[in-house]
Amino acid sequence: MSHNLTLTLSHVRKVYANGTVALQDMNLKIGASQFISLVGPSGCGKSTVLRIIAGLGRMSSGQLEWGGSYEQPKIAYVFQEAALMPWANVLENVRLPLKLAGIPKYKALAAASEVIALVGLQGSERSFPRELSGGMKMRVSIARALATKPDVLLMDEPFGALDEMTRSRLNSDLLSLWSQMRWTVIFVTHNIYEAVYLSNRVVVMAARPGRVVAEISIDVPYPRTEEFRTSPLYNQYCREVSHSLSAASLGMTDTSSDLQTASI
Amino acid sequence: MSWRQLAALFLEFMSSRPSLFKRLLSPDVLAPAVVGILAIIAWDLFVRITNLPPYLLPGPILVLQTLFQDWGELFPSLLITLKITVVAFVAATVLGLAISILFTQSKWIERSFFPYAVLLQTTPVVAVAPLIIIWLKNDIFAALVVCAWIVAFFPIIANTILGLNSVDHNLLNLFQLYRASRWQTLLYLRLPSALPYFLGGLRISGGLALIGAVVAEFVAGTGGSQSGLAYQILMASYNLQIPKMFAALFLIALTGISIFACLTWLSDFLLRDWHESAIKREN
Ligand SMILES: Nc1ncnc2c1ncn2[C@@H]1O[C@H](COP(=O)(O)OP(=O)(O)OP(=O)(O)O)[C@@H](O)[C@H]1O
Ligand SMILES: [Mg+2]
Repeated sequence: MSHNLTLTLSHVRKVYANGTVALQDMNLKIGASQFISLVGPSGCGKSTVLRIIAGLGRMSSGQLEWGGSYEQPKIAYVFQEAALMPWANVLENVRLPLKLAGIPKYKALAAASEVIALVGLQGSERSFPRELSGGMKMRVSIARALATKPDVLLMDEPFGALDEMTRSRLNSDLLSLWSQMRWTVIFVTHNIYEAVYLSNRVVVMAARPGRVVAEISIDVPYPRTEEFRTSPLYNQYCREVSHSLSAASLGMTDTSSDLQTASI
Repeated sequence: MSWRQLAALFLEFMSSRPSLFKRLLSPDVLAPAVVGILAIIAWDLFVRITNLPPYLLPGPILVLQTLFQDWGELFPSLLITLKITVVAFVAATVLGLAISILFTQSKWIERSFFPYAVLLQTTPVVAVAPLIIIWLKNDIFAALVVCAWIVAFFPIIANTILGLNSVDHNLLNLFQLYRASRWQTLLYLRLPSALPYFLGGLRISGGLALIGAVVAEFVAGTGGSQSGLAYQILMASYNLQIPKMFAALFLIALTGISIFACLTWLSDFLLRDWHESAIKREN
Protein backbone atom coordinates (compact mmCIF):
# COMPACT_ATOMS: atom_id res chain seq x y z
CA MET A 1 0.00 0.00 0.00
CA SER A 2 1.33 3.42 -0.71
CA HIS A 3 -0.14 6.76 0.15
CA ASN A 4 0.48 10.21 -1.16
CA LEU A 5 -1.24 11.89 1.74
CA THR A 6 0.48 14.97 3.07
CA LEU A 7 -0.37 17.35 5.87
CA THR A 8 0.63 20.96 6.30
CA LEU A 9 0.05 23.03 9.40
CA SER A 10 0.86 26.67 8.91
CA HIS A 11 0.83 29.43 11.49
CA VAL A 12 -1.50 27.50 13.72
CA ARG A 13 -2.47 29.29 16.87
CA LYS A 14 -4.61 27.89 19.63
CA VAL A 15 -5.91 29.87 22.56
CA TYR A 16 -8.05 28.01 25.10
CA ALA A 17 -11.13 29.63 26.59
CA ASN A 18 -9.26 30.40 29.79
CA GLY A 19 -6.70 32.45 27.88
CA THR A 20 -3.90 29.87 27.74
CA VAL A 21 -1.97 30.23 24.52
CA ALA A 22 -1.32 26.55 23.83
CA LEU A 23 0.12 27.00 20.33
CA GLN A 24 1.61 30.00 18.61
CA ASP A 25 2.77 30.07 15.01
CA MET A 26 3.07 26.31 14.83
CA ASN A 27 4.35 25.03 11.49
CA LEU A 28 4.67 21.44 10.45
CA LYS A 29 4.86 19.63 7.15
CA ILE A 30 4.37 15.93 6.99
CA GLY A 31 5.06 13.94 3.83
CA ALA A 32 3.48 10.78 2.54
CA SER A 33 3.74 7.70 4.76
CA GLN A 34 6.00 9.36 7.25
CA PHE A 35 6.48 8.42 10.85
CA ILE A 36 6.84 11.63 12.82
CA SER A 37 7.50 11.89 16.53
CA LEU A 38 6.59 14.93 18.58
CA VAL A 39 8.67 15.49 21.69
CA GLY A 40 8.66 18.42 24.05
CA PRO A 41 8.29 19.45 27.67
CA SER A 42 5.01 18.77 29.41
CA GLY A 43 2.36 21.31 28.55
CA CYS A 44 3.95 22.45 25.29
CA GLY A 45 0.85 21.60 23.30
CA LYS A 46 1.56 18.18 21.83
CA SER A 47 -1.88 16.83 22.65
CA THR A 48 -3.40 20.05 21.43
CA VAL A 49 -1.76 19.56 18.02
CA LEU A 50 -3.07 16.01 17.77
CA ARG A 51 -6.56 17.09 18.72
CA ILE A 52 -6.54 19.81 16.09
CA ILE A 53 -5.33 17.38 13.43
CA ALA A 54 -8.04 14.92 14.46
CA GLY A 55 -10.67 17.64 14.22
CA LEU A 56 -11.53 17.33 17.91
CA GLY A 57 -10.55 20.89 18.68
CA ARG A 58 -10.72 24.06 16.65
CA MET A 59 -7.67 26.19 16.06
CA SER A 60 -7.98 29.87 16.80
CA SER A 61 -6.22 30.81 13.60
CA GLY A 62 -3.95 29.29 10.97
CA GLN A 63 -4.33 26.60 8.39
CA LEU A 64 -4.50 22.86 8.27
CA GLU A 65 -4.28 21.34 4.83
CA TRP A 66 -4.47 17.76 3.68
CA GLY A 67 -2.63 17.17 0.39
CA GLY A 68 -2.63 14.31 -2.05
CA SER A 69 -5.62 12.55 -3.46
CA TYR A 70 -7.60 12.69 -0.25
CA GLU A 71 -10.80 14.57 0.35
CA GLN A 72 -11.13 13.58 3.94
CA PRO A 73 -8.51 11.18 5.23
CA LYS A 74 -9.49 8.49 7.69
CA ILE A 75 -7.97 9.36 11.02
CA ALA A 76 -7.46 7.07 13.98
CA TYR A 77 -6.41 8.27 17.41
CA VAL A 78 -4.79 6.27 20.17
CA PHE A 79 -5.21 8.12 23.44
CA GLN A 80 -2.75 8.11 26.27
CA GLU A 81 -5.08 5.90 28.28
CA ALA A 82 -6.47 2.87 26.51
CA ALA A 83 -10.01 4.37 26.73
CA LEU A 84 -11.83 1.07 26.31
CA MET A 85 -15.50 0.55 27.03
CA PRO A 86 -15.47 -1.46 30.27
CA TRP A 87 -18.83 -3.11 29.50
CA ALA A 88 -17.67 -4.52 26.18
CA ASN A 89 -15.25 -7.34 25.52
CA VAL A 90 -12.14 -7.01 23.35
CA LEU A 91 -13.90 -7.96 20.15
CA GLU A 92 -16.73 -5.47 20.71
CA ASN A 93 -14.29 -2.72 21.62
CA VAL A 94 -12.30 -3.25 18.45
CA ARG A 95 -15.43 -3.50 16.35
CA LEU A 96 -16.78 -0.18 17.65
CA PRO A 97 -15.50 2.15 14.89
CA LEU A 98 -16.80 -0.25 12.24
CA LYS A 99 -20.17 -0.47 13.95
CA LEU A 100 -20.36 3.32 14.09
CA ALA A 101 -19.56 3.45 10.38
CA GLY A 102 -22.51 1.16 9.72
CA ILE A 103 -20.46 -1.74 8.37
CA PRO A 104 -22.42 -5.03 8.39
CA LYS A 105 -21.83 -7.12 11.48
CA TYR A 106 -20.25 -10.17 9.87
CA LYS A 107 -17.78 -8.03 7.93
CA ALA A 108 -16.97 -5.93 10.97
CA LEU A 109 -16.40 -9.00 13.13
CA ALA A 110 -14.06 -10.50 10.55
CA ALA A 111 -12.11 -7.26 10.27
CA ALA A 112 -11.94 -6.89 14.04
CA SER A 113 -10.65 -10.44 14.49
CA GLU A 114 -8.03 -9.75 11.89
CA VAL A 115 -6.58 -6.69 13.63
CA ILE A 116 -6.80 -8.40 17.00
CA ALA A 117 -4.56 -11.11 15.60
CA LEU A 118 -2.33 -8.43 14.15
CA VAL A 119 -1.60 -7.00 17.59
CA GLY A 120 -1.12 -10.50 18.98
CA LEU A 121 -4.25 -10.78 21.08
CA GLN A 122 -5.91 -13.76 19.42
CA GLY A 123 -7.57 -15.85 22.10
CA SER A 124 -8.52 -12.84 24.21
CA GLU A 125 -11.45 -11.73 22.07
CA ARG A 126 -13.99 -12.50 24.78
CA SER A 127 -12.03 -10.95 27.65
CA PHE A 128 -13.23 -7.80 29.31
CA PRO A 129 -10.85 -4.85 29.75
CA ARG A 130 -10.58 -5.46 33.50
CA GLU A 131 -9.14 -8.88 32.76
CA LEU A 132 -6.28 -7.45 30.69
CA SER A 133 -2.89 -6.10 31.68
CA GLY A 134 -1.96 -2.52 30.89
CA GLY A 135 0.03 -3.58 27.83
CA MET A 136 -2.80 -5.74 26.52
CA LYS A 137 -5.28 -2.88 26.94
CA MET A 138 -2.99 -0.66 24.90
CA ARG A 139 -2.88 -3.31 22.19
CA VAL A 140 -6.66 -3.39 22.11
CA SER A 141 -6.68 0.36 21.77
CA ILE A 142 -4.22 0.12 18.88
CA ALA A 143 -6.22 -2.67 17.27
CA ARG A 144 -9.33 -0.50 17.48
CA ALA A 145 -7.46 2.33 15.78
CA LEU A 146 -6.25 0.02 13.02
CA ALA A 147 -9.64 -1.59 12.46
CA THR A 148 -10.83 1.26 10.26
CA LYS A 149 -7.74 0.98 8.04
CA PRO A 150 -6.81 4.59 8.72
CA ASP A 151 -4.74 6.82 6.50
CA VAL A 152 -3.42 8.73 9.47
CA LEU A 153 -2.62 7.31 12.87
CA LEU A 154 -2.32 9.75 15.76
CA MET A 155 -0.80 8.36 18.94
CA ASP A 156 -0.57 10.31 22.18
CA GLU A 157 2.08 8.76 24.43
CA PRO A 158 0.57 5.35 23.81
CA PHE A 159 3.28 3.48 25.68
CA GLY A 160 3.88 6.01 28.42
CA ALA A 161 2.56 3.86 31.23
CA LEU A 162 4.32 0.66 30.19
CA ASP A 163 7.51 -0.94 31.40
CA GLU A 164 10.64 -0.81 29.26
CA MET A 165 10.39 -4.40 28.00
CA THR A 166 6.78 -4.15 26.91
CA ARG A 167 7.41 -0.76 25.43
CA SER A 168 10.26 -1.95 23.27
CA ARG A 169 8.32 -5.00 22.12
CA LEU A 170 5.30 -2.88 21.19
CA ASN A 171 7.65 -0.47 19.44
CA SER A 172 8.99 -3.24 17.23
CA ASP A 173 5.47 -4.51 16.56
CA LEU A 174 4.26 -1.05 15.67
CA LEU A 175 7.16 -0.50 13.33
CA SER A 176 6.61 -3.76 11.49
CA LEU A 177 2.91 -2.97 11.13
CA TRP A 178 3.75 0.46 9.85
CA SER A 179 6.17 -0.89 7.26
CA GLN A 180 3.36 -3.08 5.93
CA MET A 181 0.59 -0.49 6.02
CA ARG A 182 2.43 2.74 5.52
CA TRP A 183 0.00 5.02 7.25
CA THR A 184 1.12 8.48 8.16
CA VAL A 185 1.92 8.32 11.86
CA ILE A 186 2.19 11.22 14.29
CA PHE A 187 3.51 9.88 17.53
CA VAL A 188 3.76 11.87 20.75
CA THR A 189 6.24 10.64 23.32
CA HIS A 190 8.39 11.71 26.24
CA ASN A 191 10.86 8.99 25.46
CA ILE A 192 13.74 10.14 23.26
CA TYR A 193 14.99 6.61 22.53
CA GLU A 194 11.59 5.55 21.35
CA ALA A 195 11.27 8.61 19.16
CA VAL A 196 14.62 8.04 17.47
CA TYR A 197 14.06 4.33 16.99
CA LEU A 198 10.66 4.74 15.36
CA SER A 199 10.67 7.93 13.36
CA ASN A 200 11.65 9.38 10.04
CA ARG A 201 11.76 12.65 11.82
CA VAL A 202 11.68 13.91 15.39
CA VAL A 203 9.95 17.24 15.91
CA VAL A 204 10.99 19.08 19.07
CA MET A 205 8.53 21.55 20.56
CA ALA A 206 8.95 24.24 23.18
CA ALA A 207 6.37 25.52 25.63
CA ARG A 208 4.73 28.84 26.39
CA PRO A 209 3.72 29.30 23.71
CA GLY A 210 3.87 25.90 22.05
CA ARG A 211 5.80 25.85 18.81
CA VAL A 212 8.29 23.79 16.83
CA VAL A 213 11.89 24.61 17.70
CA ALA A 214 13.80 21.83 15.96
CA GLU A 215 13.34 19.00 13.53
CA ILE A 216 15.80 16.15 13.37
CA SER A 217 15.72 13.72 10.47
CA ILE A 218 16.64 10.19 11.37
CA ASP A 219 18.17 9.06 8.10
CA VAL A 220 18.25 5.36 8.77
CA PRO A 221 16.44 2.96 6.46
CA TYR A 222 13.71 0.62 7.63
CA PRO A 223 13.41 -2.10 8.78
CA ARG A 224 15.38 -0.97 11.77
CA THR A 225 16.94 -3.85 13.57
CA GLU A 226 17.95 -4.42 17.15
CA GLU A 227 21.52 -3.63 16.11
CA PHE A 228 20.44 -0.13 15.26
CA ARG A 229 19.31 0.35 18.84
CA THR A 230 22.82 -0.36 20.09
CA SER A 231 24.73 1.43 17.37
CA PRO A 232 26.80 4.60 17.91
CA LEU A 233 24.70 6.31 15.26
CA TYR A 234 21.57 5.70 17.32
CA ASN A 235 23.26 7.13 20.39
CA GLN A 236 24.34 10.15 18.46
CA TYR A 237 20.77 10.84 17.31
CA CYS A 238 19.51 10.40 20.83
CA ARG A 239 22.07 12.89 22.14
CA GLU A 240 21.08 15.34 19.48
CA VAL A 241 17.38 15.11 20.30
CA SER A 242 18.13 15.24 23.99
CA HIS A 243 20.22 18.34 23.51
CA SER A 244 17.57 20.29 21.65
CA LEU A 245 14.92 19.06 24.06
CA SER A 246 16.77 20.42 27.05
CA ALA A 247 17.40 23.63 25.16
CA ALA A 248 13.65 23.82 24.47
CA SER A 249 12.86 23.12 28.10
CA LEU A 250 15.16 25.90 29.22
CA GLY A 251 13.44 28.25 26.83
CA MET A 252 16.47 28.73 24.56
CA THR A 253 15.02 28.81 21.13
CA ASP A 254 18.16 29.72 19.25
CA THR A 255 19.38 26.20 18.67
CA SER A 256 19.82 26.39 14.95
CA SER A 257 23.63 26.27 15.11
CA ASP A 258 23.94 22.62 16.04
CA LEU A 259 20.74 21.26 14.62
CA GLN A 260 20.01 20.11 11.17
CA THR A 261 16.61 21.25 10.14
CA ALA A 262 14.92 18.66 8.06
CA SER A 263 13.01 19.13 4.91
CA ILE A 264 10.54 16.66 3.58
CA MET B 1 -50.13 -29.48 49.94
CA SER B 2 -48.91 -30.58 53.34
CA TRP B 3 -45.99 -29.14 55.25
CA ARG B 4 -44.09 -32.35 54.78
CA GLN B 5 -44.44 -32.20 50.99
CA LEU B 6 -43.45 -28.58 50.99
CA ALA B 7 -40.35 -29.26 53.06
CA ALA B 8 -39.36 -32.12 50.76
CA LEU B 9 -39.81 -29.89 47.74
CA PHE B 10 -37.72 -27.19 49.37
CA LEU B 11 -34.92 -29.61 50.17
CA GLU B 12 -34.95 -30.95 46.64
CA PHE B 13 -34.81 -27.42 45.27
CA MET B 14 -31.90 -26.54 47.51
CA SER B 15 -29.89 -29.64 46.71
CA SER B 16 -30.39 -29.08 42.98
CA ARG B 17 -28.72 -25.70 43.41
CA PRO B 18 -25.66 -26.20 45.57
CA SER B 19 -24.48 -22.65 44.87
CA LEU B 20 -27.72 -21.22 46.23
CA PHE B 21 -27.43 -23.44 49.27
CA LYS B 22 -23.88 -22.24 49.79
CA ARG B 23 -24.99 -18.65 49.41
CA LEU B 24 -27.64 -19.10 52.11
CA LEU B 25 -24.86 -20.29 54.41
CA SER B 26 -22.54 -17.43 53.46
CA PRO B 27 -21.66 -14.74 56.02
CA ASP B 28 -23.70 -12.25 53.98
CA VAL B 29 -26.84 -14.13 54.90
CA LEU B 30 -25.82 -15.79 58.14
CA ALA B 31 -24.58 -12.66 59.93
CA PRO B 32 -27.78 -10.61 59.58
CA ALA B 33 -29.86 -13.73 60.24
CA VAL B 34 -28.06 -14.25 63.55
CA VAL B 35 -28.56 -10.59 64.46
CA GLY B 36 -32.26 -10.88 63.61
CA ILE B 37 -32.75 -14.04 65.66
CA LEU B 38 -30.94 -12.53 68.64
CA ALA B 39 -33.08 -9.39 68.41
CA ILE B 40 -36.25 -11.46 68.34
CA ILE B 41 -35.11 -13.47 71.35
CA ALA B 42 -34.29 -10.25 73.21
CA TRP B 43 -37.69 -8.84 72.27
CA ASP B 44 -39.42 -11.95 73.51
CA LEU B 45 -37.47 -11.95 76.79
CA PHE B 46 -38.16 -8.27 77.31
CA VAL B 47 -41.89 -8.74 76.88
CA ARG B 48 -41.90 -11.76 79.21
CA ILE B 49 -39.76 -10.19 81.93
CA THR B 50 -41.51 -6.81 82.02
CA ASN B 51 -44.86 -8.49 81.62
CA LEU B 52 -45.97 -5.85 79.16
CA PRO B 53 -49.58 -6.18 78.06
CA PRO B 54 -49.99 -7.08 74.36
CA TYR B 55 -51.74 -3.78 73.59
CA LEU B 56 -48.49 -1.98 74.40
CA LEU B 57 -45.98 -4.41 72.96
CA PRO B 58 -46.94 -7.90 71.80
CA GLY B 59 -44.28 -10.59 71.87
CA PRO B 60 -42.95 -12.02 68.60
CA ILE B 61 -44.78 -15.30 69.01
CA LEU B 62 -48.10 -13.56 69.41
CA VAL B 63 -47.37 -11.45 66.33
CA LEU B 64 -46.60 -14.57 64.32
CA GLN B 65 -49.78 -16.23 65.58
CA THR B 66 -51.80 -13.19 64.59
CA LEU B 67 -50.15 -13.20 61.20
CA PHE B 68 -51.36 -16.74 60.54
CA GLN B 69 -54.73 -16.10 62.11
CA ASP B 70 -55.47 -12.99 60.10
CA TRP B 71 -53.72 -14.19 56.96
CA GLY B 72 -57.00 -14.29 55.06
CA GLU B 73 -57.40 -10.59 55.72
CA LEU B 74 -53.79 -9.46 55.61
CA PHE B 75 -52.70 -11.26 52.45
CA PRO B 76 -55.20 -9.53 50.10
CA SER B 77 -54.12 -6.22 51.63
CA LEU B 78 -50.50 -7.10 51.01
CA LEU B 79 -51.33 -7.79 47.37
CA ILE B 80 -53.03 -4.41 47.02
CA THR B 81 -50.10 -2.51 48.55
CA LEU B 82 -47.71 -4.53 46.44
CA LYS B 83 -49.69 -3.76 43.29
CA ILE B 84 -49.63 -0.01 44.00
CA THR B 85 -45.90 -0.20 44.73
CA VAL B 86 -45.04 -2.17 41.61
CA VAL B 87 -47.13 -0.07 39.24
CA ALA B 88 -45.71 3.16 40.70
CA PHE B 89 -42.18 1.78 40.57
CA VAL B 90 -42.45 0.63 36.96
CA ALA B 91 -43.95 3.98 35.96
CA ALA B 92 -41.16 5.80 37.81
CA THR B 93 -38.56 3.64 36.09
CA VAL B 94 -39.88 4.05 32.56
CA LEU B 95 -40.70 7.74 32.88
CA GLY B 96 -37.54 8.44 34.87
CA LEU B 97 -35.37 6.89 32.19
CA ALA B 98 -37.22 8.64 29.38
CA ILE B 99 -37.09 12.02 31.08
CA SER B 100 -33.42 11.62 31.96
CA ILE B 101 -32.60 10.92 28.32
CA LEU B 102 -34.66 13.90 27.24
CA PHE B 103 -32.93 16.16 29.77
CA THR B 104 -29.46 15.13 28.65
CA GLN B 105 -30.27 15.69 25.00
CA SER B 106 -30.50 19.41 25.50
CA LYS B 107 -29.03 21.61 28.18
CA TRP B 108 -31.96 23.94 27.73
CA ILE B 109 -34.57 21.33 28.48
CA GLU B 110 -32.62 20.28 31.56
CA ARG B 111 -32.16 23.86 32.73
CA SER B 112 -35.83 24.66 32.25
CA PHE B 113 -37.40 21.57 33.78
CA PHE B 114 -34.97 20.11 36.29
CA PRO B 115 -35.95 22.56 39.09
CA TYR B 116 -39.50 21.29 38.82
CA ALA B 117 -38.34 17.73 39.22
CA VAL B 118 -36.61 18.88 42.39
CA LEU B 119 -39.77 20.64 43.48
CA LEU B 120 -41.68 17.40 43.04
CA GLN B 121 -39.14 15.68 45.25
CA THR B 122 -39.03 18.26 48.03
CA THR B 123 -42.79 18.54 48.38
CA PRO B 124 -43.84 16.08 51.09
CA VAL B 125 -46.29 13.47 49.76
CA VAL B 126 -48.48 13.76 52.79
CA ALA B 127 -49.03 17.37 51.80
CA VAL B 128 -50.01 16.73 48.19
CA ALA B 129 -51.67 13.34 48.62
CA PRO B 130 -55.05 14.77 49.76
CA LEU B 131 -55.14 16.95 46.67
CA ILE B 132 -54.34 14.09 44.35
CA ILE B 133 -56.90 11.90 46.05
CA ILE B 134 -59.56 14.58 45.59
CA TRP B 135 -58.67 15.02 41.94
CA LEU B 136 -58.69 11.31 41.26
CA LYS B 137 -61.46 10.42 43.64
CA ASN B 138 -63.13 8.17 41.11
CA ASP B 139 -60.07 6.01 40.87
CA ILE B 140 -58.44 5.71 44.25
CA PHE B 141 -55.96 3.13 42.96
CA ALA B 142 -54.65 5.60 40.38
CA ALA B 143 -54.42 8.30 43.05
CA LEU B 144 -52.34 6.07 45.29
CA VAL B 145 -50.11 5.09 42.38
CA VAL B 146 -49.51 8.74 41.54
CA CYS B 147 -48.52 9.49 45.13
CA ALA B 148 -46.10 6.57 45.27
CA TRP B 149 -44.76 7.55 41.86
CA ILE B 150 -43.95 11.07 43.05
CA VAL B 151 -41.81 9.66 45.83
CA ALA B 152 -40.10 7.02 43.70
CA PHE B 153 -39.46 9.14 40.64
CA PHE B 154 -36.72 11.54 41.67
CA PRO B 155 -33.87 9.21 42.67
CA ILE B 156 -34.11 7.58 39.27
CA ILE B 157 -33.79 10.76 37.26
CA ALA B 158 -31.18 12.26 39.58
CA ASN B 159 -29.00 9.15 39.31
CA THR B 160 -29.59 8.49 35.63
CA ILE B 161 -28.84 12.07 34.62
CA LEU B 162 -25.62 11.93 36.63
CA GLY B 163 -24.75 8.67 34.87
CA LEU B 164 -25.58 9.94 31.38
CA ASN B 165 -23.30 12.91 31.99
CA SER B 166 -20.44 10.95 33.56
CA VAL B 167 -19.13 9.53 30.33
CA ASP B 168 -15.39 8.96 29.96
CA HIS B 169 -14.10 12.00 28.14
CA ASN B 170 -11.75 10.02 25.92
CA LEU B 171 -14.54 7.72 24.83
CA LEU B 172 -16.69 10.70 23.99
CA ASN B 173 -13.85 12.05 21.84
CA LEU B 174 -13.52 8.67 20.20
CA PHE B 175 -17.19 8.65 19.26
CA GLN B 176 -16.84 12.17 17.92
CA LEU B 177 -13.78 11.18 15.88
CA TYR B 178 -15.67 8.31 14.27
CA ARG B 179 -18.58 10.64 13.55
CA ALA B 180 -21.06 8.76 15.69
CA SER B 181 -24.59 10.09 15.46
CA ARG B 182 -26.32 11.42 18.56
CA TRP B 183 -28.39 8.26 18.64
CA GLN B 184 -25.35 5.98 18.39
CA THR B 185 -23.59 7.93 21.14
CA LEU B 186 -26.64 7.54 23.35
CA LEU B 187 -27.11 3.86 22.62
CA TYR B 188 -23.54 2.62 22.66
CA LEU B 189 -21.91 5.06 25.06
CA ARG B 190 -24.16 7.10 27.32
CA LEU B 191 -26.68 4.43 28.26
CA PRO B 192 -24.12 1.73 29.12
CA SER B 193 -22.10 4.29 31.12
CA ALA B 194 -25.24 5.30 32.99
CA LEU B 195 -26.39 1.75 33.73
CA PRO B 196 -24.70 1.40 37.17
CA TYR B 197 -26.05 4.79 38.25
CA PHE B 198 -29.52 3.94 36.95
CA LEU B 199 -29.52 0.65 38.84
CA GLY B 200 -28.40 2.47 41.99
CA GLY B 201 -31.38 4.79 41.52
CA LEU B 202 -33.69 1.81 41.15
CA ARG B 203 -32.54 0.35 44.44
CA ILE B 204 -33.35 3.56 46.26
CA SER B 205 -36.64 4.16 44.55
CA GLY B 206 -37.93 0.59 44.97
CA GLY B 207 -38.07 1.13 48.72
CA LEU B 208 -39.41 4.65 48.28
CA ALA B 209 -42.28 3.41 46.10
CA LEU B 210 -43.36 1.16 48.94
CA ILE B 211 -43.12 4.01 51.45
CA GLY B 212 -45.06 6.26 49.09
CA ALA B 213 -47.76 3.64 48.66
CA VAL B 214 -48.14 3.15 52.41
CA VAL B 215 -48.13 6.86 53.20
CA ALA B 216 -50.71 7.58 50.50
CA GLU B 217 -52.93 4.81 51.82
CA PHE B 218 -52.72 6.38 55.26
CA VAL B 219 -53.78 9.72 53.86
CA ALA B 220 -56.59 8.12 51.87
CA GLY B 221 -57.65 6.52 55.13
CA THR B 222 -60.52 4.11 55.16
CA GLY B 223 -62.30 5.70 52.25
CA GLY B 224 -61.04 3.32 49.57
CA SER B 225 -62.96 0.26 48.56
CA GLN B 226 -59.78 -1.73 48.11
CA SER B 227 -57.65 -1.54 51.19
CA GLY B 228 -53.95 -2.17 51.56
CA LEU B 229 -51.73 -2.81 54.52
CA ALA B 230 -51.83 0.77 55.77
CA TYR B 231 -55.59 0.46 56.01
CA GLN B 232 -55.13 -2.69 58.09
CA ILE B 233 -52.74 -0.84 60.40
CA LEU B 234 -55.16 2.05 60.77
CA MET B 235 -58.11 -0.23 61.50
CA ALA B 236 -56.08 -2.33 63.92
CA SER B 237 -54.98 0.77 65.82
CA TYR B 238 -58.60 2.02 66.10
CA ASN B 239 -59.57 -1.36 67.49
CA LEU B 240 -56.46 -1.64 69.66
CA GLN B 241 -55.48 -4.85 67.88
CA ILE B 242 -51.81 -4.14 68.39
CA PRO B 243 -50.55 -7.63 67.44
CA LYS B 244 -52.32 -7.28 64.10
CA MET B 245 -50.66 -3.91 63.62
CA PHE B 246 -47.33 -5.56 64.18
CA ALA B 247 -48.19 -8.36 61.78
CA ALA B 248 -49.05 -5.84 59.05
CA LEU B 249 -45.90 -3.88 59.84
CA PHE B 250 -43.90 -7.09 59.56
CA LEU B 251 -45.36 -7.72 56.10
CA ILE B 252 -44.45 -4.20 54.97
CA ALA B 253 -40.89 -4.63 56.22
CA LEU B 254 -40.61 -8.01 54.53
CA THR B 255 -41.88 -6.54 51.27
CA GLY B 256 -39.35 -3.72 51.47
CA ILE B 257 -36.49 -6.13 52.07
CA SER B 258 -37.63 -8.38 49.23
CA ILE B 259 -37.81 -5.46 46.80
CA PHE B 260 -34.32 -4.36 47.78
CA ALA B 261 -32.96 -7.90 47.47
CA CYS B 262 -34.50 -8.36 44.01
CA LEU B 263 -33.10 -5.07 42.75
CA THR B 264 -29.68 -5.80 44.20
CA TRP B 265 -29.69 -9.16 42.48
CA LEU B 266 -30.75 -7.52 39.20
CA SER B 267 -27.98 -4.97 39.52
CA ASP B 268 -25.34 -7.59 40.24
CA PHE B 269 -26.60 -9.70 37.37
CA LEU B 270 -26.54 -6.91 34.80
CA LEU B 271 -23.15 -5.57 35.90
CA ARG B 272 -21.48 -8.90 36.62
CA ASP B 273 -19.10 -8.72 33.69
CA TRP B 274 -17.61 -5.32 34.15
CA HIS B 275 -18.62 -3.03 36.94
CA GLU B 276 -16.58 -2.80 40.12
CA SER B 277 -19.69 -3.01 42.28
CA ALA B 278 -20.54 -6.48 40.99
CA ILE B 279 -17.11 -8.04 40.56
CA LYS B 280 -15.49 -10.38 42.99
CA ARG B 281 -11.86 -9.33 42.80
CA GLU B 282 -9.12 -11.87 42.80
CA ASN B 283 -6.09 -10.16 44.15
N1 LIG C 1 -9.17 22.23 27.79
C1 LIG C 1 -8.20 23.09 28.12
N2 LIG C 1 -8.52 24.29 28.64
C2 LIG C 1 -7.56 25.17 28.96
N3 LIG C 1 -6.25 24.96 28.81
C3 LIG C 1 -5.86 23.80 28.32
C4 LIG C 1 -6.81 22.79 27.95
N4 LIG C 1 -6.13 21.72 27.48
C5 LIG C 1 -4.83 22.05 27.56
N5 LIG C 1 -4.65 23.29 28.05
C6 LIG C 1 -3.37 24.00 28.24
O1 LIG C 1 -2.72 24.04 26.99
C7 LIG C 1 -1.36 23.76 27.14
C8 LIG C 1 -0.96 22.62 26.25
O2 LIG C 1 -1.63 21.47 26.69
P1 LIG C 1 -1.40 20.03 26.04
O3 LIG C 1 -2.32 19.08 26.72
O4 LIG C 1 -1.49 20.14 24.57
O5 LIG C 1 0.11 19.74 26.46
P2 LIG C 1 1.00 18.45 26.17
O6 LIG C 1 2.18 18.90 25.42
O7 LIG C 1 0.18 17.38 25.59
O8 LIG C 1 1.46 18.07 27.65
P3 LIG C 1 1.76 16.62 28.26
O9 LIG C 1 3.04 16.18 27.68
O10 LIG C 1 1.88 16.87 29.72
O11 LIG C 1 0.62 15.74 27.89
C9 LIG C 1 -1.11 23.52 28.61
O12 LIG C 1 -0.55 24.68 29.17
C10 LIG C 1 -2.46 23.26 29.19
O13 LIG C 1 -2.55 23.80 30.47
MG1 LIG D 1 -0.58 15.47 26.35
